[in-house]
Amino acid sequence: MVETVVAMKLPVDEKLRIKKQRVLPLAVTGNEKRISIVTGTHGDELEGQFVCYELLRRINENIECLKGIVDVYPALNPLGVDSISRGIPMFDLDMNRVFPGDEEGPMIESLAKEIIDDLSGSDYCFDIHASNIFLDEMPQIRINEISEKTLVPLAKLTNIDLVWVHASATVLESTLAYSLNSIGVPTLVVEMGVGMRITRKYGYQLVEGILNLMKHEGLWDGPVGEVKMPIISSDRAVGYMNSNTSGIYVPECQNGDIVKEGDVLGNVLDPLSGEIAEKIKSPIDGMVFTRREYPVVYGGSLLGRVLGGETS
Amino acid sequence: MRKEVIYSLPSPYRDDLKVTGYRFGSGKKSACIVGAIRGNEIQQLYVCSQLIKKLTELEEKGAIVSEHEIMVVPSIGHHSTNIGKRFWSVDNTDINRMFPGYDEGETTQRIAGGVFEQIKDYSYGIQFASFYMPGDFIPHVRMMETGKQNTSLANLFGLPYVVLRKVRPIDTTTLNYNWQMWDCNAFSLYTSKTDKIDEISAKQAVAAVLRFLMRMGVIRYNSHSGYIATIIEESDLAVVRTGTSGIYRRLRFAGEEVCMGDPLAEITHPYEGNVIVTILSPCDGIIFFSHEKPLVTEHEIVFKIIKRLHE
Ligand SMILES: [Zn+2]
Repeated sequence: MVETVVAMKLPVDEKLRIKKQRVLPLAVTGNEKRISIVTGTHGDELEGQFVCYELLRRINENIECLKGIVDVYPALNPLGVDSISRGIPMFDLDMNRVFPGDEEGPMIESLAKEIIDDLSGSDYCFDIHASNIFLDEMPQIRINEISEKTLVPLAKLTNIDLVWVHASATVLESTLAYSLNSIGVPTLVVEMGVGMRITRKYGYQLVEGILNLMKHEGLWDGPVGEVKMPIISSDRAVGYMNSNTSGIYVPECQNGDIVKEGDVLGNVLDPLSGEIAEKIKSPIDGMVFTRREYPVVYGGSLLGRVLGGETS
Repeated sequence: MRKEVIYSLPSPYRDDLKVTGYRFGSGKKSACIVGAIRGNEIQQLYVCSQLIKKLTELEEKGAIVSEHEIMVVPSIGHHSTNIGKRFWSVDNTDINRMFPGYDEGETTQRIAGGVFEQIKDYSYGIQFASFYMPGDFIPHVRMMETGKQNTSLANLFGLPYVVLRKVRPIDTTTLNYNWQMWDCNAFSLYTSKTDKIDEISAKQAVAAVLRFLMRMGVIRYNSHSGYIATIIEESDLAVVRTGTSGIYRRLRFAGEEVCMGDPLAEITHPYEGNVIVTILSPCDGIIFFSHEKPLVTEHEIVFKIIKRLHE
């Protein structure tokens, strides 16, 4: 059943509504575990939309196999998704920097608080992102090192390519995932694909992983396809490639490529002179897992990331 | 006055982004003043331009005390200003969420890092800042409670209010916070406007900075002594919200004294023209913030009031 989590009147004849779909097992015992799938926090990230669709389709197709409660929130930032705006359109605010929210705070913070209240009590949560319009990401789960113990075992079930355990930073405490993890809702942040596009292959891959986690944790006893083991980043170097010039970036690599330190992975071109402004080389041996898609670059623009270590 | 480019960044299709610093006096790095970090901070840019004009005159008269250097950086975010944007022109990131910056990082981290390197070693750091809520503020000095803040110094600006803000995770990447981490006494000055120029509060801001520099012994200057500030905790302000959405008309403005029950604003039905809600003041006090746009959503903060304070 579709439920409205929060509604708020906009100035002229419209309400902002954050909706969710709740799917219940055919016979409810009252002891079900609950999993929440959240996406659409950043309005320009659409990969999660296909995941929502496909997951619900798979569950509905075998509804008798459902043993837990599934809540699907396709758009935490419906105005942003609807208007190709990464942030919340009226405020130019990153919605993933206002959690855990505050009832007494500005409107957006009170929305954030209601979202957290609605999600609290979930036994598992997936927070699905799709990078941004600039970068294509190999399907990966990002875990703040402070939640490593709880989350890595769950992430291993999700059929993702890579689990990236990263250092904590104070500023990340205002994310949805941080807030949920800190109130005891284990939340896995997925980054995959690229902004403004849907990569169906990644969608199918993640849905299989979500169903696998549900099966493992007793929320699902239906069919699950083959599931692979992710690479875990712990103790591996992550090499960053940032541009040092401005121009047009044309990559010469694919995500998943195994590369050696010094391999040229792309070039920054100068369209006004016809010359290569900068050759971009891999800083380490490893596997490319982030690749810049958007060509215009400044000094500092991230062009790619390579995960070091044994990856084959 | 010495004018120099303190940071530059090549652009693929536009002129280089050049951040300019104006230095007055020489010797110990005493005070640094930063203006528009975001593209819409027009008032902040204007205030800096007026301050630079004034400091140039003072320097010509020999009024900068020897062994003191003042630097003013009027704008960092003008690549955004020039195209009518608030945040960084390419990826919409906020330079004031990138401090202390990182010279190997993303573009706006590099800008923040490159500028911060030049401005971090001053004893006093003053930023003309802006807030994301659209409206007017009472001019005030804002400080973050990092444990290193010094409210008695904030009082020396002679502005009527000093506001203390509890540090939240999101604040840890601002210029103000990082200045404090570098043992610089950091102050954010809020004048009444952001994307429009308000002459009166601009003059007040310039006067406040000159007064502060005079009192710290950085310039020789005579000024009115200003106010002895009332110190307020941001969390103590009374918050007034819209009960519904619609066309918004404010009746009262920042700085005005109100009584409990006074009408503050009206919300009119956007189609039918009748007043659907009259917003009343929940307390006696002085209006600290007043929302300005013609439309409001439900649950929006439209006023903040300093409780139980009289003019
Ligand atoms: Zn995202």
